Amino acid sequence: MSETYEKPQPVIDPGTRPFWDAAREHRLSIPRCRSCGQHHFYPRELCPHCHSDDIEWIDASGRGEVYSYTIARKPAGPVFAADVPYVIAMIALDEGPRMLTNIITSDVEQVRIGDRVSVRFDDVTPELTLPKFTLDKD
Amino acid sequence: MGREAVIVGVGDLPLNGGRIVGGGSILQVQARAAKAALDDARIPMSDVDGLLVAGLWGVPGPGLLPSVTLGEYLGIHPRFADSTNIGGAAFEAHVAHAAMAIEMGYCDVALIVYGSNQKSERSRTLGGRPPILTMQFENVWGIPQPVGGYALAARRHMHEFGTTEEQLAEIAVATRGWAALNPAATMRDPITIDDVMNSTPISDPLKLLDCCLVTDGAGAIVMTTADNARAHGSTITHIRGYGEAHTHWSIGAMPDLARLTAAEMASRRAFEMAGITHDAIDLVECYDSFTITVLMTLEALGFCKPGEGGAFVSGQRTAPGGEFPMNTNGGGLSYCHPGMYGIFLLIEAVRQLRGEAGARQVQNVETALVHGTGGTLSSGATVILANN
Repeated sequence: MSETYEKPQPVIDPGTRPFWDAAREHRLSIPRCRSCGQHHFYPRELCPHCHSDDIEWIDASGRGEVYSYTIARKPAGPVFAADVPYVIAMIALDEGPRMLTNIITSDVEQVRIGDRVSVRFDDVTPELTLPKFTLDKD
Repeated sequence: MGREAVIVGVGDLPLNGGRIVGGGSILQVQARAAKAALDDARIPMSDVDGLLVAGLWGVPGPGLLPSVTLGEYLGIHPRFADSTNIGGAAFEAHVAHAAMAIEMGYCDVALIVYGSNQKSERSRTLGGRPPILTMQFENVWGIPQPVGGYALAARRHMHEFGTTEEQLAEIAVATRGWAALNPAATMRDPITIDDVMNSTPISDPLKLLDCCLVTDGAGAIVMTTADNARAHGSTITHIRGYGEAHTHWSIGAMPDLARLTAAEMASRRAFEMAGITHDAIDLVECYDSFTITVLMTLEALGFCKPGEGGAFVSGQRTAPGGEFPMNTNGGGLSYCHPGMYGIFLLIEAVRQLRGEAGARQVQNVETALVHGTGGTLSSGATVILANN
């Protein structure tokens, strides 16, 4: 945990606050539509599948698989320079939705599409926790 | 039919080393491009009553209302304005919107303008999207934008279809071949597949030579009715069909990372409107922000089946002298890429259809397909043009 975290921090708004509040409590919370039963991510006011407004928040399993990934060989700005090379991955959560995140691994070269992953919470500041993922095979 | 909307003027500004020759403010360069296109059309600025502008300039500030600002600067009072911004595909959509406005009688002369001096002013800011609203679920992970999203798509395409980095490199090499024939192109020295493979890794699997340039650029297009074109003695390029679509902005919301859904939707509609099939297309100008953009677009447009794009571009089939002429000005990869490139696809297609493309002229071009892509594989807009 660093007092001088200089990377981009989410500008949390009323529609996204439940996700970030849950992350601080080390829960991966995502919206589920009571009308069609499907989950979605990022959180929206209307279900992007059936457009119902009957949405609830549920705690996701925190498990999924790598849908795609890239290894950043050049950083997304100077604040990420010390992390290169690092993995940005799109995870297909077991509940269905995909989310962008990082995969934390000692060997970025070992990541493959289809790898099983589990959430790990990174408390980057006292106020902000980022859900990241680790490879089950790691 | 009643009023037929046609393209009558195109213009762009000369570049040197990726910078607009003579420089100028973002308003100056757009005004010069507009004048070049209107001179080409033989139509005076005072006749312009429709103005279509999209850009990345002047924000916050006058660029928030770009057509209003540019109309004032040009000294015109448009009665039709369109600042639709769907990324680099905006200008293909502008042609569609202007065609509808002209054919409805809502305006008579439409001017489409784009300009960027991002290289000269070192003002490129696409990587600095603030982590607000939807972007709070993207930037915090350090995804390089926009290349990271395209890299995720490329990796998924490789996984599903066996596409290789060498096949992506074929596109960069072929496009450079066309650039060598275009004196205005920024990068003209020949390159090989090995050069691409050995270029600086950026965001796996994409490397430096898989990525478009960062340059200045300004261009403009003039449209009017066929009757008005004939009255002015303008050279006519016909618009046979168009379509547009967008599916997402956040890469996390792209419906399928291995398929360019927006291009499928846009091109299907354009082909239906034109009433032609793929074998009638003599030339393709297709947005090449990255090599993977081209490969996925060719599949989505239906020139090959999903997953067959790699084989389709192999053997330098899209290079000068190849069976499938494409991106004949050297594209965003080697000619110029001023933030939003789509207007230059249209300008090149018109020049090819007129037979004005010099050393890079493709023979016997009667029908050309232009397809723009914007955002992070987010939007697509297709225009089918013909010279008879």
